[in-house]
Amino acid sequence: MAPYIGTAVSRVDGVAKVTGAAKYAAEFSAPGLLYASIVSATITKGRITRIDTSAALAVEGVLTVLTHENRPRMADKDEAYKDEVAPDGSPFRPLYDDKIKFNGQPIALVVAERSEIARFAASLVVVEYGAAAYVTDVFRRREAAVPVKAPANPSEALFAPPKPRGDADRALAAAAVRHEGEYYVPIEHHNPMELYAATAIVDPDGKLTVYDKTQGVQNIQHYLCGVFGLKSDDVKVMNPYMGGGFGSGLRPQFEVVLAVLAARALQRSVRVVLTRQQMYALGYRPAMIQRIALGANRDGTLDAISHDAITVTSQYEDFYRQETAWSGLLYTSANAKYAHRLAHLDLATSCDMRAPSAATAVYALEAAMDELAVALKLDPLELRLRCYSDRDQHEDRPYSSKALRECYRQGAEAFGWSRRNPEPRSMREGTDLVGWGMATGVWDAFQAPITVRIVLTANGHAEVACATSDIGTGTYTIMAQVAADMLGLPLDNISIKLGDSSLPQSPVEGGSWIAASVSNGIATTAARIRNELLRLAKQMPGSPLADVGSDDVALADGKLVSKRDSSRAVSIADAMRQGAVERIEQEETTNPAQDEKRAHNTHSAIFAEVKIDEQLGVIRVTRVVSAIAAGRILNTKTATSQILGGVVWGIGMALHEETQIDHTFGRIVNANIAEYHVPVHADIHDIKVIFVDEPDDSNPLGIKGLGEIGIVGVAAAVANAVYHATGKRVRDLPISLDKLLA
Amino acid sequence: MINFQYVRANSIADAVNLIADDPAAKFVAGGTNLIDLMKMDVEQPTKLIDISRLALDKVEDTAEGGLRIGAMVRNSDLAYHPAVEARYPVLSSAIRAGASQQLRNMASTGGNLLQRTRCAYFYDIALPCNKRTPGSGCGALAGHNRMHAILGTSDACIAVFPSDMCVALALLEARVHVSGPNGARTIAFDAFHRLPGETPQRDNNLEPGEMIVAVELPSAGFASNYSYLKIRDRLSYAFALVSVGVGLEIADGRIKAARLALGGVAHKPWRDTRAEAALAGQAANEAVFRQAADIVLRDARGFGHNNFKIELARRAIIRALTQAANGTPQSQSNKKIA
Repeated sequence: MAPYIGTAVSRVDGVAKVTGAAKYAAEFSAPGLLYASIVSATITKGRITRIDTSAALAVEGVLTVLTHENRPRMADKDEAYKDEVAPDGSPFRPLYDDKIKFNGQPIALVVAERSEIARFAASLVVVEYGAAAYVTDVFRRREAAVPVKAPANPSEALFAPPKPRGDADRALAAAAVRHEGEYYVPIEHHNPMELYAATAIVDPDGKLTVYDKTQGVQNIQHYLCGVFGLKSDDVKVMNPYMGGGFGSGLRPQFEVVLAVLAARALQRSVRVVLTRQQMYALGYRPAMIQRIALGANRDGTLDAISHDAITVTSQYEDFYRQETAWSGLLYTSANAKYAHRLAHLDLATSCDMRAPSAATAVYALEAAMDELAVALKLDPLELRLRCYSDRDQHEDRPYSSKALRECYRQGAEAFGWSRRNPEPRSMREGTDLVGWGMATGVWDAFQAPITVRIVLTANGHAEVACATSDIGTGTYTIMAQVAADMLGLPLDNISIKLGDSSLPQSPVEGGSWIAASVSNGIATTAARIRNELLRLAKQMPGSPLADVGSDDVALADGKLVSKRDSSRAVSIADAMRQGAVERIEQEETTNPAQDEKRAHNTHSAIFAEVKIDEQLGVIRVTRVVSAIAAGRILNTKTATSQILGGVVWGIGMALHEETQIDHTFGRIVNANIAEYHVPVHADIHDIKVIFVDEPDDSNPLGIKGLGEIGIVGVAAAVANAVYHATGKRVRDLPISLDKLLA
Repeated sequence: MINFQYVRANSIADAVNLIADDPAAKFVAGGTNLIDLMKMDVEQPTKLIDISRLALDKVEDTAEGGLRIGAMVRNSDLAYHPAVEARYPVLSSAIRAGASQQLRNMASTGGNLLQRTRCAYFYDIALPCNKRTPGSGCGALAGHNRMHAILGTSDACIAVFPSDMCVALALLEARVHVSGPNGARTIAFDAFHRLPGETPQRDNNLEPGEMIVAVELPSAGFASNYSYLKIRDRLSYAFALVSVGVGLEIADGRIKAARLALGGVAHKPWRDTRAEAALAGQAANEAVFRQAADIVLRDARGFGHNNFKIELARRAIIRALTQAANGTPQSQSNKKIA
């Protein structure tokens, strides 16, 4: 039986998804289900001075209107609201009190027999406010931004500010060639297709089953226990399928609090679904103002890097990532310094969004490198090669693997980079200017502790269970592939259970760590299953495996087989019959090896072609090649889709995406997916994805993960191509055509 | 969204009577705009009168050599109608530049004329808007006005009318047939939509209770030399920053007659007959096109974010005229600017 790992297996949940059998958080029901509609604040900061729900309550079919005045009891300590990945600060508490902290904040919940009634009645709630002064513009808080501190949450410790090295100021002053520039990325929202929703079902025994759109069912379960003082047995959180998360579902969102609040108030099952507009009151990618200074020698080696960043968060939590560290990591430079300040705005707290910090910071770094290449009169790719680093520059340690050179080589060849005329505005096609740009991408290769349970039955079927999530990336499929290979069974004999808080422990699904974590977890537990089968097989009279050690046997084609002599084998069925067991159940926790001596990262090289109408500034990204080094690729089909999605998103980041806020009113004025632009089909042309070979032994399966790496660097490659085409350097995203007209 | 009644009209007379009885009612045809506005509580009709099943779905030749398009003809059906593709390709092109295939499948001819602006301040009932709530102020004047008007604005309103199809109808000098409590009448296209002035709440000159029953095209279709060039922030499914519709009659390298209308720049499709007159009799070259563009934009005014539209419009006019004169109209499927 050929291995499944590394092949283009179609999604095992594909049929369920296209037939509608796959159910999402807003699709679960229960007898007597009630429907709730959220009333959102229309001011940016202040207090609710009066909230009149009488007209809403008078509507036939309305059961209650919950507000801060009449809600059931909730915890009153911040600690209760701190989830697994909470930043420092005081988390937002929906309907807790009369304070308004951001525009669009939920302030009342109308619960009714039908969703239409709830929505109508919600429009009748009358709110009076005492408004306070507010600031939503990062440029107005630029001077008041405060330096970030190392986070208190131990699981956030890796985001501590990076340590400087050498003397960057002196090196910059002495540099033969310098480039310094300021780059800006606006606030962006995730805009997943599936609306945030929670269905809280009151079971007959009074316990709760909560279907919630989330990237971490156990994170939500712990959170709900804290907020509502529940025992962990009293609430189960489920999320079998998810229509896109991209980081927006890492932390608990207010829909789940509101659904549980209403279910507890009425002792009835309740569903809350956000509107598309209300989705813009959730977290977002923080806007980022960055200053990058590069000092180089004439030969194109770097001597100094300085990266200053200002990112955006709320007034009540300090969300940030290690934004500045990517600059110091990626290229060889003896001197580096960083400064990262937070601008506290009257908005909801920012949050992780695909490749958080790298998507924005590497954009700035790679645009700056392109400008340095121009200053040095050096090919941009050649500059990257001259600055190439075989060692992690922060810790001066080797990488577990780094095939970035090969990404550059294969990507450049597939793109035809050698035919590039370095002169801006030199390449034309009719009325179009043609530009070629490139950039590097980098992300971490994480692995987290995880527990996997496998139940093998005598008929050769296995159920693999873990409380992880499949947020649309293909986790079901890779879990089935890995289990099938590790257990030596056909793919169809594997069933996957996930998205259920009662299953064995999993971290939240993010940071590209689930593939490595859960796959190696499956391998560990599968080895336990194999050992148990071997124990049974050895008991057989005249067992062909009697003297075979546990390391010398593998599961393949439904059999235990000696690795040294494939003629010596015992079928799974025979072994289990021998032991008179119908099922073998094993549950194991897999902790990643502590490997502090090496750095663990994924890399990419992106090459982009743009064609721009010279007079009108209309931009088409006609070709992109993305060459990825991300360890072992489990499924070439879902992996390619991941990278394609990342490239599309990167094109959107470069050309389209921007959450527009009217700072006079503090309201988002494009809170819908007609006016908040992401690329449409017409904007996407030829994208080629290359996975370069990158053997890695950081974990037994050699997996690094690739949810994030696909977007990193893409915006820079496009922006650099725009410069090459036009000779105009646009340093604030998105590059809308008006910025090219001047 | 408020609760509302739904009734279906059986005839034009029935529709007119139903709405006469209930001034808080609204006609609904394709519903591609009205339903969104109701969800946002911008429109709160207590009754919807469904006119989508009235027998107004025919495209017929007129005795004058033109075409009469029923108000319920779907945008998609009109764009791909053989007579429209052959005789009025600028109309076909403009329709295909708008919205998405799904929306065009639903949207009606009459409804297209009656789209409301896409101004964000109009759509958000928490923000001021003189068009939605007269006297509340204009949030866009000092706010996000990147998409807003540069021509024909007033202190009360700088919103733009979003239709692509209507830009083509304006240059084709269509006539709008309406029925109402006082009988039937015909409105010249240029007199149909209004500038905002002090009454931005009125988008057009329909009287209360009137409904569009047909749009009539005269015979001149400019099928040889035309273009519809739409410049937008992404290559499809986005409203125009600037769009330009052009129809030319060219003989011996000279422009005999010209029609020129812009979208995305004003509270109505912006046709400039002075610019058209300046083109007539001239050689078809860039200098002449530039003069015409200067005439169109002589009174253009930006409000900050949308200042770029003035120069963009100038260049787009020149390009669209060039495309039309060369007989190389802008494709709506290949997004490369011709």
